[in-house]
Amino acid sequence: MQRRDSASRRGTRLLTGPSESAPLLDAAERVEGRKEFLEDLRLPGMLCARFLRSPHAHAKIIRVDAARALLVPGVQAVITGRDAPRTYGVLPIGHDETALAVDKVRYVGQEVAAIAATSEDSAEEALDQILVEYEVLPACLTAATAMAARDSWIHENRPGNIEKEYHHVFGDPEAGFRAADVVVEDTFRHPRVTQAALEPHGAVARYEGGDRWTVWTSTQTPRHVQRGLSLALDYPESNFRVIPCAVGGGFGGKSETFPHDICAAILARRTGRSVRMRLTREEVFILHRGRPENQVRMRLGLRRDGKIMAVDCETIQDGGAFCGYGVATILYSGALLGAIYDVDNIRYDGYRVLTNKPACGPMRGHGTIAARHAFESLLDRAAVELGLDPLDVRQRNLLRPNSRTVNELRVTSYGYPECLERVAAASGWRDRKGRLPRGRGLGVAGSHYVSGAANSIVRGDFPHSTVVLQADREGSLTLYTGATEIGQGSDTVLAIIVARVLGLAPAAVRVVSGDTALTPLDLGSYSSRVTFMTGNAALEAARKLRDRLAEATAKKLGAPVADVTFVDGMLRPREKSNSEMTFADAARLAADAEGTLVEKGAYWPPREAQGGRFPGAGVGPGVAYSYSAQAVEVDVNEETGEVKVLKVWAAHDCGRALNPGAVRGQIEGSVWMGLAQALFEELQYSPQGLLFNGSLLEYKVPGAMDSPPIDVFIVESCDPEGPFGAKEAGEGSVAAVLPALTNAIHDAVGVWITELPVTPQRVLAALERRAASKRSPLGAARPAAALIHARTGGTSPRDDHAAALPTP
Amino acid sequence: MNGAVHEVLVPSHRTLLDLIRDDLGLTGTKRGCDDASCGACTVLCDGEARLSCISLALCHDGAEIRTVESLTSDARLKRLGEAFIACGGFQCGYCTPGILVAARKLLDACPEPSDDEIRRGISNNLCRCTGYGSIVESVRRAVRAEVECSAATAPRAGGRGS
Repeated sequence: MQRRDSASRRGTRLLTGPSESAPLLDAAERVEGRKEFLEDLRLPGMLCARFLRSPHAHAKIIRVDAARALLVPGVQAVITGRDAPRTYGVLPIGHDETALAVDKVRYVGQEVAAIAATSEDSAEEALDQILVEYEVLPACLTAATAMAARDSWIHENRPGNIEKEYHHVFGDPEAGFRAADVVVEDTFRHPRVTQAALEPHGAVARYEGGDRWTVWTSTQTPRHVQRGLSLALDYPESNFRVIPCAVGGGFGGKSETFPHDICAAILARRTGRSVRMRLTREEVFILHRGRPENQVRMRLGLRRDGKIMAVDCETIQDGGAFCGYGVATILYSGALLGAIYDVDNIRYDGYRVLTNKPACGPMRGHGTIAARHAFESLLDRAAVELGLDPLDVRQRNLLRPNSRTVNELRVTSYGYPECLERVAAASGWRDRKGRLPRGRGLGVAGSHYVSGAANSIVRGDFPHSTVVLQADREGSLTLYTGATEIGQGSDTVLAIIVARVLGLAPAAVRVVSGDTALTPLDLGSYSSRVTFMTGNAALEAARKLRDRLAEATAKKLGAPVADVTFVDGMLRPREKSNSEMTFADAARLAADAEGTLVEKGAYWPPREAQGGRFPGAGVGPGVAYSYSAQAVEVDVNEETGEVKVLKVWAAHDCGRALNPGAVRGQIEGSVWMGLAQALFEELQYSPQGLLFNGSLLEYKVPGAMDSPPIDVFIVESCDPEGPFGAKEAGEGSVAAVLPALTNAIHDAVGVWITELPVTPQRVLAALERRAASKRSPLGAARPAAALIHARTGGTSPRDDHAAALPTP
Repeated sequence: MNGAVHEVLVPSHRTLLDLIRDDLGLTGTKRGCDDASCGACTVLCDGEARLSCISLALCHDGAEIRTVESLTSDARLKRLGEAFIACGGFQCGYCTPGILVAARKLLDACPEPSDDEIRRGISNNLCRCTGYGSIVESVRRAVRAEVECSAATAPRAGGRGS
C-alpha cells in the first residue's frame, strides 16, 4: 500500500539523547518496608470493623436483627442497610449501589451489616449473632440467563437486566463486507478475571466533628471516593478529607468508593472512635471490580491485498450486580475498534448485562482486551486465507499520524509502525515465521490504549489536572498534585518534568500527592492519564516558576531575562559566563521580594480530542493513544496440550520515555498481566453464585516459575501535546499479548483458540476437533476456509440465548 | 527479633505475622492473603524462610526471627535492597520485603544461584506489578555486588594468587 511508507516514519522520531532512568522517589521506603500502607496506619483507640455478607446470590431481606451482636464483649456498634440507604456509583448514570444491602441482596458476598469492635476477634464473633431472614429469589448467574429472564429483574429500573446497550454504525459496514474478498467470523469467550493487587483493600475513618471526616483508603482515585462518600452520606464533598495511603497496586481495582470506605465513616461517627476496615483476601476477590466475562462475536472483511474493509462486532459483557464503570467498559470495547488500524466501516453492538455476581470494574486495558483478542485473531485468519504474512496485513492497514478515525477519535502521534518493525526484527520474523519445527510457533499482534480519557466521568468545564508548585527560600520545591502514586511512578515522573525545566535533579522535588485537603483537583490515577495530563500541568507550573526566577536573576545580574539558563542547579545568563547564581539563591531573591513562590499549572483536554456527538461518544476519545506490537514464541505439546511461552518481544510507543526504567517496568508488567490472563486466570462460580477460587493460589496468580523472558523495546513517537512528547506506558501493552499468543499457537499446531484461558484441555479439544473434521468426509470436503461465510440472518443475541436455554 | 529480645504475652491463636506487626509494631512484613499463597509475610525463623501468616506465634517461642527491618544491620539484605532499587525490581513494593527475605534465604543456601535457582527461590512469593524478570535481575545484581565485595575484602591467602 502506498500509505505505508509515508506513514511508518512520520511522527516517529527517536530522541537524540535518551532520558536517564531515575529511581522512584520513594524507592527505598517501598523496598525496605517503610512505606505506610493502609494496614500500617495506627490511630489511638482505633476500632476494627468487619462485614456480614450475603450467603445468597439474589434474595429479599425480610428482617435483620442485630440486637444479640451488640451483647458480644468488645462490640461498639452495628449498622445495617437502613443506616446507609442512599445510593451512589462512580458514573452519574449508574447510582445503583448502597453501602449495605437495603431490601435485597444481589450477589453472594454482598455486604449486609457491619460491626465495629475493639478487636477483629470480637467483631468476627459478633457477626454470627446477627440474624438475617431472607426470601430467596431466582438468580441469574450468566449473561445468557439474565437476558433470557422474563421477570424478576436484578434492578427494578433495568427491565431485561440490560444495564446499557449501544448500537453504533460508522461508514457503511455492509458495503465494506460486499467489497471484501474474504470474510472471517468467530465467537470469542473471555472469563471474568481480577486485578489481585497484592495489597488488600481497606479504609480507616475518623470523625472530626461538625459533620466532617478524614478517611484514609487504598485508592487510585481519592476524588471519586470523596464524591461517593458525599453521595452516600449526604454531606458536601469538602466535608470528607480523603487521604490515599501508599497503594500496593491498583490496576483499576481501586478506582471507586467502596462499602468499606462508607461503613468505616458511619461507624467512626457512631462510636466516636477511629475505625479500620481491612478486607481479607477472599473479600478482595468478592469485591472484584475486575474484568467482566465477555462474549465477542466478530466479523472482519478484507480485500485480497489485505486491506481491512469492515468490522462487525457484537459484545456481551456480564457485568455483575451493579453498574460500576460498566457503561464505560462496554463503550471502550466498541470505540477502540478504531484508532489502531485504518478501518472505514465499523458496526458495533454492545450489551452490558446485569447478573447476580460481584460488580466488575475498569481493569487495566479497560474494555479493550476481549475485542482486541478477537480482532487480532481474525486478522491472522484472514491472512492465512489470503496467503499473506500476518505482519504484512497489519502493515497494510496503518493509520496516518494526525488523523481522525471513522468513529471520530483523534490520533496524533502514531508509533505503531515502528513497534511492528521492532518486534519483527527482534523475533527474526521474516526468517523464522512459518519455518519453525512442528509444535513451535510465532505470533504477532498489536494493541493500543488511551493516554488519558479526554472526557471526565462527571462532565464539566474544569481542568482534569491542576498542579501547585511551591518554592521556599532555600529553593526547595514541593509539588502538590491530586494524582495518586500507586507504585507506577507517577510522583517521580512529575518530579522529573519539573526538575528538567528547572535544571535540577528529580530528587530535589518533594511530591505531595492525593490528599484531597492539601492538593488541587485532579481526576486521579486511571485511564493512564497522569503522565500526560498531570505532567502537562506540572510542566506549565514549572515554566511559570522558571520565568519568575529568571526575572529575578536577570534583574540582579543585569542580563536579559530570556538569556538566563537553568543547568545543574545554577542560573546563568548566556552572555555572562562569569556571573551566575545558584538555584537556591535565585529562589531566595525572588521569595524575599514577594513571599513564598507559588505557581500553578492546569490541563484541559483539547475540544478536538473529545470525540463525536453520538450517544456514547464520550468514552473512547483519548488525548493521545499509546501503541504496542508484540511477538510471542511458543512451544505446544500436542500430546498434553501444554503451551509453553518461550519468549515475548514487546515494543511500546510511549511518546517519549521520561523515566525509561519505569516505562520498561510498566510494559513488562502489562505484558505479564495479559499473558497470565491468557494462560491461567479465571474466576469460577458455583451454580448458586458462590465464588469457588477466591484465593491467590486457587485463582492462580502465576509466580516466578511461570513467567517467560520478555524483551522490551521502547518506541518514542514524540507526541505533539504530551509533556516533552510523553504518552502512557501502563495499559497499551496488556491486550496485544493475548492474540499474539493464540496466533503463535496456530502457527505451531494449526488450531485457533477462541476461549480463554488457554488451558491444556482447550488446546487438546481444539486439536481433537480439527482431527475429527479432517476424518469426516464432510469436513474434508470443506475448504480450510470453514470460517469464511456470510453471517446467517439477523438474530439478536437475546433470541440466541433464549433459544439456547432449556425450557422449564 | 532482629537481634533484640522481646517478651510478649499472646493468645494461643495469634499468628506470628500479627505478633510482628501488631505487638512489635514492625510493619515492614506484609499481609497479602491470610492463607499462605502470596509470600508477602515471609520472615526468617532460625534461618529458615517461614510464612508468618500461617505460623502460630507460640510455636516460635525463643526463636531468632529476622524481618526486612533487619536490613540496617544485615549486609546481605541491604545489598539485596540496593539491587532492587537499582534494577527496578519492584513497583508498588508491597511484595518486596517478603521477596528480599526469601532471596536472602536463597543466597544463604546458594550464594551464586542460576536464574532458574533464583526463580525457584522466590517461587513462594507473588508479585503482581512486574513480570518477575526485573526481580531475577535484581537478585543477580546483588549476587554480583556480593562477589565483588568479598573479592575486595578477602584476605589474601598464600601470598601471590593469580
